[in-house]
Amino acid sequence: MSTPADYLPILLQFIAALGFVVLTIGATHLLGPKRHTNVKNETFECGIESVGNARVPFSIKYFLVAILFVLFDVEVIFMYPWAVNFKSLGVRGLIEMFMFMSLLLLGFFYIIKKGALKWE
Amino acid sequence: MTQYFFYFLSFLAIFFAALVVLSKNPVHSVLYLILCFFSIAGHYILLNAQFLAAVHIIVYAGAIMVLFLFVLMLMNLNRDSEPPKSWQGKVAATLAAGLLLLVFTASIKGADALPSGNQPDNTVGLLTNLGKTLYNDFMLPFEVSSILFLVAMVGAVMIGKREEVSE
Repeated sequence: MSTPADYLPILLQFIAALGFVVLTIGATHLLGPKRHTNVKNETFECGIESVGNARVPFSIKYFLVAILFVLFDVEVIFMYPWAVNFKSLGVRGLIEMFMFMSLLLLGFFYIIKKGALKWE
Repeated sequence: MTQYFFYFLSFLAIFFAALVVLSKNPVHSVLYLILCFFSIAGHYILLNAQFLAAVHIIVYAGAIMVLFLFVLMLMNLNRDSEPPKSWQGKVAATLAAGLLLLVFTASIKGADALPSGNQPDNTVGLLTNLGKTLYNDFMLPFEVSSILFLVAMVGAVMIGKREEVSE
């Protein structure tokens, strides 16, 4: 069995990763020369000049894709506790999971048939 | 050792939660909420529920935060277009938040009265035990949750999808 203490290496890795990011960004800020000009401060160096800002409302289609992603994400998470107990749950567990999955597949076919993922 | 981690993580969680409320820029609020979720995931690890910690990061910090950001981007966030807030709204918000605080304080006070009982088994949050409980004792809620997923899918498609006009 595992205890919280087993996760200290992961904590150390978190600290190392975060420390690397902070160190490199901080060091470049301190070491590098700063010469701001109008041209340098532009968002995109070349191409079409940007107009307005990024705070404009955008299409709900992205949101639809995201919400469907969350639903299937949660569905897959239900499979982890099932998969580690696959043998001990036996046939009953298999039937349980098949019922669960068939209802979700029904929803998946509904989405496909409705064309919700089609990008007009 | 665990105790110090607990206090540190609690401090972080409350600190970032306060920053979520206090920051003016809504995108900053979302970023602070991610940090808050990470400190709560740390609490799950301290409770020896590693699977919950991983799921909390994957689902909340990953997927739900994307939804939050999308909701922010669906709205018009330009400063000049922000509608002035009416005083009725402020009064209602204060009242609702105050009532919520009352409920929380009451529940914390009520928790003191509970018998402490025997120490719960600290392997209860492990993935194997979680699976055994979920697929044996809570079979029906599990199956019902799939219907909930189906309803959520249909609802999202019905609201988000523009219906093609039939000739």
